[in-house]
Amino acid sequence: MNNNAQKFQEDAARICADSTHRQIIGTALDKYAQGRDKKIAEFQNWEQARESAAQIKQEGLDDMEALLRTLTKKLTKRGTHVYRAPTGADACRIVLNILKQNGAKTMVKSKSMTSEEIHLNEALEKEGYRPIESDLGEFIVQLRQEPPYHIVFPAMHLTRYQISDLFQDKLGSEPTENPEELTMIARKNLRREYVQADVGFTGANFAVAETGMISVTENEGNSRLSASLPKIMITLIGIEKVVPRMQDLSLLLPMLATVGAAQSISCYNTLYSGPRQPDECDGPEEYHVILLDNGRSRLAKDSTFREILRCIRCGSCINVCPIYRNVGGHAYNATYPGPIGSVLMPRLFDLQTYKHLSFACSLCGACRDMCPVKINLPHLLLKNREAASTTQPKFFEKLAFKAMSLLFNKPFFWKWGKRMGWIGQKFHPLIEGSVIDPAQCWTATRKAPKLKWKSFKDLWKKHSK
Amino acid sequence: MISSVFFLMAGYNSFLNGLDTQYSSIGTFEMKITLFAPCFMDAMFPDVAMNAVKIFESLGHQVDAPEELACCGQPAFNTGYWDEARNVASKVVERLYDVEALVLPSGSCTAMIHKFYPELFKGHPLEEKANRLAAHTWEFSDFLVTRLGVTDLGASFPAKVTFHDGCHGLRELGIHDQPRALLANVRGLTLIEMERVQCCGFGGTFSAKFPSISSSLGESKVAMVMKTGADYVVSNDSSCLMHIQGVADKQRKLIKSIHLIDILVRHE
Repeated sequence: MNNNAQKFQEDAARICADSTHRQIIGTALDKYAQGRDKKIAEFQNWEQARESAAQIKQEGLDDMEALLRTLTKKLTKRGTHVYRAPTGADACRIVLNILKQNGAKTMVKSKSMTSEEIHLNEALEKEGYRPIESDLGEFIVQLRQEPPYHIVFPAMHLTRYQISDLFQDKLGSEPTENPEELTMIARKNLRREYVQADVGFTGANFAVAETGMISVTENEGNSRLSASLPKIMITLIGIEKVVPRMQDLSLLLPMLATVGAAQSISCYNTLYSGPRQPDECDGPEEYHVILLDNGRSRLAKDSTFREILRCIRCGSCINVCPIYRNVGGHAYNATYPGPIGSVLMPRLFDLQTYKHLSFACSLCGACRDMCPVKINLPHLLLKNREAASTTQPKFFEKLAFKAMSLLFNKPFFWKWGKRMGWIGQKFHPLIEGSVIDPAQCWTATRKAPKLKWKSFKDLWKKHSK
Repeated sequence: MISSVFFLMAGYNSFLNGLDTQYSSIGTFEMKITLFAPCFMDAMFPDVAMNAVKIFESLGHQVDAPEELACCGQPAFNTGYWDEARNVASKVVERLYDVEALVLPSGSCTAMIHKFYPELFKGHPLEEKANRLAAHTWEFSDFLVTRLGVTDLGASFPAKVTFHDGCHGLRELGIHDQPRALLANVRGLTLIEMERVQCCGFGGTFSAKFPSISSSLGESKVAMVMKTGADYVVSNDSSCLMHIQGVADKQRKLIKSIHLIDILVRHE
């Protein structure tokens, strides 16, 4: 077992045993689920909407390179600088160069999981720059110096009391249990940063090739401020987010809001196409768009796994995942937690480093039923498992399955295997659940089921005579 | 009279299912049903499978149970060892591909054959046979309700029960209403649904690879069952019940689990 897998086991076990933590997450997810179902019911035909959304995203993938060319052409025409970053390190370098060239020091950021994926904040801090998260949840977890807990709700694991303590400690504010007051404390601090920031940074939800526009969805208005107050604006977007037509957003935006945050539509949906034009009164002086590959074009060519690139990062698979509900977001130790991460992390990065996530699933399939773009997540997890066990089989596991095929395929072995087991289980209570119990992985937390002396095969033989 | 109702219902259902050619003989009602008791059921819950035999025979069908088969190969398949899974599954395909109807009293093992065999045997010499087998493989409650059109077996079981949907049956096969239709006709039985549909945490080898996560899921399932105040937790999958019961027993929570089939043969 590699270190990552070991750490996952330990962290997961710790959180699973923490009933307070599980309750906070459970309550939050239940509340979300109620709201989401109400919003889903507002659709005339939700299943058809899912089908259409999947088709739109698939169309974007099938035609990705051509669409990206159109997008780039249109953006460039309006004076935007467009870059293609093959890796995360390249993207970080591009951002650093922009900051350096403009003598910038501070960069105010709106929410971007793609920037988490490439560890942009660390790269900037290492070079002495100050990236400031402006999304309320991200602002909180940045103060706590921890990664986001969830791709949509970064601070869902914290109570208002914990946040109040954190603000007292880090910002010197007065204690309060009122969420509005807490928000105002964050707002007051952030407004100062907006005015001083040299560069504004945003993530993105979609890119429309037809019109050459970047679509950003948010609820706090922080992204709009990041885009309009500083002189320079940077957007980082994964290349798989390109869609062909403007009208595609008429379906994708409400769906994203519905399953992402239980809303009919998000509070602010903005389309950015370039820097301030001569006849415009506001907007940044420079606009830079970084198209991040980081393994995506390789994945787009993989006939089995390409559908994972349809993902619109709504987090709905995470919200229905019983594993996530129990182990929480940080145990995964991955940018993308939950079902999407368990498929994507081993594919986007290293299979061997992240393969344990693909095994940490009971294959219940709740994620697939909720996915707005119909990604067959459990089947892709099975494919990851197959790839992992084929390329680097575990010796004893393989041996065990070989022995099992012998046991199952030879009626004689099966019959006597069961009988030996029956005899063995007579002595099992002596060691059941202890460290010397060979079945300890089951019996430490569960009672062992009992083998019967007369199996179905015995009963059937007698019956059919 | 009763048989003509069966005939109509079965006919209607096969019409809904797209009138598969092999069911055009729907008029000749007696079928030869092959029952495959999965490995853990054969060894630990033999009575459930035996009760399934009794139900089919009481409906006038012929039953066969392949003695040389033990497992569908799902444990190896789900753990990524597809060669070893094929090793076991090949034998199942060879033995059963031309039977009239294969029925399994487990949603999980049915999903393996119905949904995953075609995937497992893609490009393999047995591909065609595996696809044939997949097409006539049924989960027990689905077979009774959808294929045979039977929802009332005259059972009576005066108790409050809650139903646990095994995930593979529910989401790979879409089985939700069938077991409930059967329970609705059991005299004296009251069904109380749980607050949420959620996995019991078993997940095959997952339960051994990640025992802490698996048992914490089991724990929340046990809590949900307890909250309903039901006397029994019922399922169409013995593996889920084995997990729920195992967790409950360890925590000394009084939960009684029973397979759907065992209720359908009760006359109390």
